[in-house]
Amino acid sequence: MPDAKTTRHADAALRTGLGRVLLFVYGVFALSASARAGVQIGTHFAEAPLAYLLSALAGLVYVAATAGLAIGGSRGRRIALTSCTIELLGVLIVGTLSIADRVAFPDDTVWSRFGSGYGYVPLVLPFVGLWWLWRHRPRQAVS
Amino acid sequence: MPVNGPLSVATIIAALLLAAWFLLRAALDRAPSRADLLAAALLGALVAVLVVVAVVGLFDGTRPSDTATFAGYLITTIAFAPVALYLARMEPTRWGNLILGIACLVLPVLVLRLQQIASVTGA
Repeated sequence: MPDAKTTRHADAALRTGLGRVLLFVYGVFALSASARAGVQIGTHFAEAPLAYLLSALAGLVYVAATAGLAIGGSRGRRIALTSCTIELLGVLIVGTLSIADRVAFPDDTVWSRFGSGYGYVPLVLPFVGLWWLWRHRPRQAVS
Repeated sequence: MPVNGPLSVATIIAALLLAAWFLLRAALDRAPSRADLLAAALLGALVAVLVVVAVVGLFDGTRPSDTATFAGYLITTIAFAPVALYLARMEPTRWGNLILGIACLVLPVLVLRLQQIASVTGA
Protein backbone atom coordinates (compact mmCIF):
# COMPACT_ATOMS: atom_id res chain seq x y z
CA MET A 1 0.00 0.00 0.00
CA PRO A 2 1.60 3.31 -0.99
CA ASP A 3 1.54 6.02 1.61
CA ALA A 4 -1.33 8.32 0.62
CA LYS A 5 0.39 11.45 1.87
CA THR A 6 3.56 10.90 -0.16
CA THR A 7 1.58 10.11 -3.31
CA ARG A 8 -0.56 13.20 -2.92
CA HIS A 9 2.50 15.36 -2.47
CA ALA A 10 4.10 14.03 -5.66
CA ASP A 11 0.86 14.62 -7.58
CA ALA A 12 0.40 18.12 -6.19
CA ALA A 13 3.72 19.11 -7.76
CA LEU A 14 2.13 18.41 -11.15
CA ARG A 15 0.22 21.67 -10.89
CA THR A 16 3.06 23.92 -9.78
CA GLY A 17 6.25 25.23 -11.37
CA LEU A 18 6.53 24.32 -15.05
CA GLY A 19 3.12 22.64 -14.65
CA ARG A 20 1.52 26.06 -14.32
CA VAL A 21 3.31 27.27 -17.46
CA LEU A 22 1.99 24.20 -19.29
CA LEU A 23 -1.50 24.91 -17.94
CA PHE A 24 -1.30 28.42 -19.42
CA VAL A 25 0.01 27.28 -22.82
CA TYR A 26 -2.49 24.41 -23.05
CA GLY A 27 -5.25 26.85 -22.12
CA VAL A 28 -4.24 29.15 -24.97
CA PHE A 29 -4.31 26.23 -27.42
CA ALA A 30 -7.60 24.92 -26.02
CA LEU A 31 -9.17 28.31 -26.72
CA SER A 32 -7.60 28.91 -30.14
CA ALA A 33 -8.16 25.38 -31.50
CA SER A 34 -11.76 25.22 -30.24
CA ALA A 35 -12.59 28.71 -31.52
CA ARG A 36 -11.04 27.91 -34.89
CA ALA A 37 -13.02 24.67 -35.16
CA GLY A 38 -16.19 26.48 -34.08
CA VAL A 39 -15.81 29.13 -36.80
CA GLN A 40 -14.88 26.56 -39.47
CA ILE A 41 -17.76 24.20 -38.66
CA GLY A 42 -20.21 27.05 -38.16
CA THR A 43 -19.50 28.90 -41.40
CA HIS A 44 -18.18 26.52 -44.09
CA PHE A 45 -18.25 22.95 -42.81
CA ALA A 46 -18.93 21.43 -46.27
CA GLU A 47 -15.63 22.69 -47.72
CA ALA A 48 -13.37 20.35 -45.76
CA PRO A 49 -15.35 18.23 -43.28
CA LEU A 50 -12.41 15.98 -42.38
CA ALA A 51 -10.06 18.86 -41.59
CA TYR A 52 -12.72 20.65 -39.56
CA LEU A 53 -13.65 17.57 -37.54
CA LEU A 54 -9.95 17.11 -36.79
CA SER A 55 -9.85 20.76 -35.70
CA ALA A 56 -12.69 20.04 -33.29
CA LEU A 57 -10.93 16.91 -32.01
CA ALA A 58 -7.73 18.91 -31.48
CA GLY A 59 -9.71 21.52 -29.56
CA LEU A 60 -11.25 18.85 -27.33
CA VAL A 61 -7.86 17.25 -26.68
CA TYR A 62 -6.37 20.60 -25.62
CA VAL A 63 -9.37 21.32 -23.39
CA ALA A 64 -8.97 17.90 -21.74
CA ALA A 65 -5.23 18.39 -21.23
CA THR A 66 -5.84 21.83 -19.69
CA ALA A 67 -8.50 20.38 -17.38
CA GLY A 68 -6.21 17.50 -16.38
CA LEU A 69 -3.39 19.88 -15.49
CA ALA A 70 -5.79 22.13 -13.57
CA ILE A 71 -7.37 19.25 -11.61
CA GLY A 72 -4.06 17.61 -10.71
CA GLY A 73 -3.91 14.55 -8.50
CA SER A 74 -3.98 11.04 -9.92
CA ARG A 75 -7.22 11.68 -11.82
CA GLY A 76 -5.95 14.88 -13.41
CA ARG A 77 -2.69 13.16 -14.25
CA ARG A 78 -4.55 10.32 -15.99
CA ILE A 79 -6.65 12.79 -18.01
CA ALA A 80 -3.56 14.80 -18.97
CA LEU A 81 -1.60 11.65 -19.86
CA THR A 82 -4.39 10.39 -22.16
CA SER A 83 -4.86 13.74 -23.89
CA CYS A 84 -1.13 14.41 -24.32
CA THR A 85 -0.74 10.97 -25.91
CA ILE A 86 -3.64 11.57 -28.33
CA GLU A 87 -2.18 15.01 -29.00
CA LEU A 88 1.23 13.57 -29.90
CA LEU A 89 -0.31 10.93 -32.19
CA GLY A 90 -2.61 13.57 -33.69
CA VAL A 91 0.08 16.08 -34.54
CA LEU A 92 2.33 13.36 -36.02
CA ILE A 93 -0.44 11.66 -38.07
CA VAL A 94 -2.22 14.83 -39.20
CA GLY A 95 1.11 16.56 -39.81
CA THR A 96 2.29 13.73 -42.07
CA LEU A 97 -1.05 13.36 -43.89
CA SER A 98 -1.37 17.11 -44.49
CA ILE A 99 1.94 17.06 -46.35
CA ALA A 100 1.38 13.73 -48.15
CA ASP A 101 -2.27 14.32 -49.13
CA ARG A 102 -3.03 17.99 -49.73
CA VAL A 103 -6.40 17.13 -51.28
CA ALA A 104 -7.84 15.73 -48.04
CA PHE A 105 -6.63 18.78 -46.11
CA PRO A 106 -7.49 21.81 -48.22
CA ASP A 107 -7.85 23.99 -45.14
CA ASP A 108 -5.57 24.15 -42.14
CA THR A 109 -6.04 22.67 -38.70
CA VAL A 110 -3.86 23.35 -35.66
CA TRP A 111 -1.94 20.16 -36.47
CA SER A 112 -1.45 20.71 -40.22
CA ARG A 113 2.18 20.58 -41.36
CA PHE A 114 3.17 19.71 -37.79
CA GLY A 115 1.69 22.95 -36.50
CA SER A 116 3.82 25.26 -38.65
CA GLY A 117 1.06 27.88 -38.52
CA TYR A 118 1.55 28.04 -34.76
CA GLY A 119 5.33 28.21 -34.72
CA TYR A 120 5.58 24.39 -34.40
CA VAL A 121 4.50 24.74 -30.77
CA PRO A 122 1.84 22.00 -31.26
CA LEU A 123 4.67 19.61 -32.19
CA VAL A 124 6.86 20.45 -29.19
CA LEU A 125 4.07 20.78 -26.61
CA PRO A 126 3.09 17.07 -26.27
CA PHE A 127 6.74 16.10 -25.73
CA VAL A 128 7.12 18.67 -22.96
CA GLY A 129 3.76 17.64 -21.50
CA LEU A 130 4.56 13.92 -21.49
CA TRP A 131 8.03 14.58 -20.06
CA TRP A 132 6.49 16.65 -17.26
CA LEU A 133 3.89 13.96 -16.50
CA TRP A 134 6.57 11.27 -16.55
CA ARG A 135 8.78 13.29 -14.16
CA HIS A 136 5.87 13.59 -11.77
CA ARG A 137 4.69 10.00 -11.92
CA PRO A 138 3.44 8.79 -8.56
CA ARG A 139 6.18 6.91 -6.72
CA GLN A 140 5.92 4.17 -4.13
CA ALA A 141 6.42 5.61 -0.66
CA VAL A 142 9.63 4.74 1.14
CA SER A 143 8.55 2.90 4.26
CA MET B 1 -9.56 50.99 -38.58
CA PRO B 2 -8.36 51.98 -35.10
CA VAL B 3 -6.43 48.73 -34.55
CA ASN B 4 -4.06 49.70 -37.35
CA GLY B 5 -2.97 52.92 -35.64
CA PRO B 6 0.12 53.91 -33.63
CA LEU B 7 -1.46 52.52 -30.44
CA SER B 8 -1.14 48.98 -31.86
CA VAL B 9 2.48 49.57 -32.81
CA ALA B 10 3.22 50.86 -29.30
CA THR B 11 1.47 47.83 -27.75
CA ILE B 12 3.40 45.36 -29.91
CA ILE B 13 6.77 47.02 -29.18
CA ALA B 14 6.04 47.24 -25.43
CA ALA B 15 4.96 43.58 -25.35
CA LEU B 16 8.07 42.39 -27.19
CA LEU B 17 10.41 44.40 -24.94
CA LEU B 18 8.68 43.03 -21.84
CA ALA B 19 8.81 39.49 -23.30
CA ALA B 20 12.58 39.77 -23.61
CA TRP B 21 12.78 41.11 -20.05
CA PHE B 22 10.57 38.38 -18.51
CA LEU B 23 12.32 35.58 -20.41
CA LEU B 24 15.67 36.94 -19.21
CA ARG B 25 14.37 37.04 -15.63
CA ALA B 26 13.14 33.46 -15.96
CA ALA B 27 16.49 32.37 -17.40
CA LEU B 28 18.24 33.99 -14.41
CA ASP B 29 15.95 31.99 -12.08
CA ARG B 30 14.18 35.03 -10.65
CA ALA B 31 10.62 35.07 -9.36
CA PRO B 32 8.38 37.92 -10.58
CA SER B 33 9.09 41.01 -8.48
CA ARG B 34 6.51 43.68 -7.68
CA ALA B 35 7.95 45.74 -10.53
CA ASP B 36 7.57 42.78 -12.92
CA LEU B 37 3.93 42.29 -11.98
CA LEU B 38 3.32 46.04 -12.22
CA ALA B 39 4.89 46.15 -15.69
CA ALA B 40 2.66 43.28 -16.83
CA ALA B 41 -0.37 45.05 -15.36
CA LEU B 42 0.54 48.28 -17.21
CA LEU B 43 0.84 46.34 -20.47
CA GLY B 44 -2.58 44.85 -19.71
CA ALA B 45 -3.94 48.39 -19.26
CA LEU B 46 -2.42 49.48 -22.60
CA VAL B 47 -4.02 46.45 -24.28
CA ALA B 48 -7.36 47.29 -22.62
CA VAL B 49 -7.20 50.82 -24.06
CA LEU B 50 -6.50 49.35 -27.51
CA VAL B 51 -9.48 47.01 -27.22
CA VAL B 52 -11.80 49.80 -26.04
CA VAL B 53 -10.71 51.98 -28.96
CA ALA B 54 -11.37 49.05 -31.31
CA VAL B 55 -14.83 48.45 -29.83
CA VAL B 56 -15.68 52.16 -30.21
CA GLY B 57 -14.47 51.88 -33.82
CA LEU B 58 -17.00 49.10 -34.42
CA PHE B 59 -19.86 51.55 -33.85
CA ASP B 60 -18.30 54.38 -35.81
CA GLY B 61 -17.09 53.56 -39.29
CA THR B 62 -16.50 50.42 -41.31
CA ARG B 63 -16.81 47.04 -39.65
CA PRO B 64 -14.66 44.05 -40.43
CA SER B 65 -16.64 41.61 -42.57
CA ASP B 66 -16.00 38.88 -39.99
CA THR B 67 -17.32 40.80 -36.99
CA ALA B 68 -17.91 37.69 -34.88
CA THR B 69 -14.31 36.50 -35.14
CA PHE B 70 -13.11 40.06 -34.55
CA ALA B 71 -15.19 40.26 -31.36
CA GLY B 72 -13.86 36.86 -30.24
CA TYR B 73 -10.29 38.07 -30.67
CA LEU B 74 -11.09 41.31 -28.83
CA ILE B 75 -12.40 39.36 -25.81
CA THR B 76 -9.39 37.04 -25.86
CA THR B 77 -6.98 39.97 -26.18
CA ILE B 78 -8.40 41.97 -23.28
CA ALA B 79 -8.53 38.89 -21.02
CA PHE B 80 -5.05 37.67 -21.90
CA ALA B 81 -2.77 39.79 -19.68
CA PRO B 82 -5.03 39.51 -16.58
CA VAL B 83 -5.12 35.69 -16.86
CA ALA B 84 -1.33 35.51 -17.24
CA LEU B 85 -0.93 37.89 -14.30
CA TYR B 86 -3.26 35.76 -12.16
CA LEU B 87 -1.29 32.58 -12.92
CA ALA B 88 2.07 34.33 -12.47
CA ARG B 89 1.02 35.59 -9.02
CA MET B 90 0.24 31.99 -8.00
CA GLU B 91 3.72 30.96 -9.13
CA PRO B 92 6.39 32.92 -7.21
CA THR B 93 9.27 31.12 -8.95
CA ARG B 94 11.12 31.52 -12.25
CA TRP B 95 8.14 29.85 -13.91
CA GLY B 96 5.99 32.84 -13.02
CA ASN B 97 8.25 35.01 -15.18
CA LEU B 98 8.09 32.40 -17.96
CA ILE B 99 4.29 32.66 -17.94
CA LEU B 100 4.54 36.47 -18.26
CA GLY B 101 7.15 36.10 -21.01
CA ILE B 102 4.99 33.71 -23.05
CA ALA B 103 1.97 35.99 -22.61
CA CYS B 104 4.01 38.95 -23.91
CA LEU B 105 5.02 36.88 -26.96
CA VAL B 106 1.43 35.86 -27.74
CA LEU B 107 -0.07 39.34 -27.30
CA PRO B 108 1.62 40.80 -30.45
CA VAL B 109 0.26 37.82 -32.42
CA LEU B 110 -3.25 38.61 -31.15
CA VAL B 111 -2.88 42.29 -32.11
CA LEU B 112 -1.59 41.33 -35.58
CA ARG B 113 -4.54 38.94 -36.04
CA LEU B 114 -6.91 41.78 -35.03
CA GLN B 115 -5.30 43.97 -37.70
CA GLN B 116 -5.61 41.22 -40.32
CA ILE B 117 -9.30 40.65 -39.57
CA ALA B 118 -9.98 44.39 -39.42
CA SER B 119 -8.36 44.97 -42.82
CA VAL B 120 -10.94 42.73 -44.51
CA THR B 121 -14.06 44.89 -44.69
CA GLY B 122 -17.31 43.98 -46.39
CA ALA B 123 -18.46 45.85 -49.45
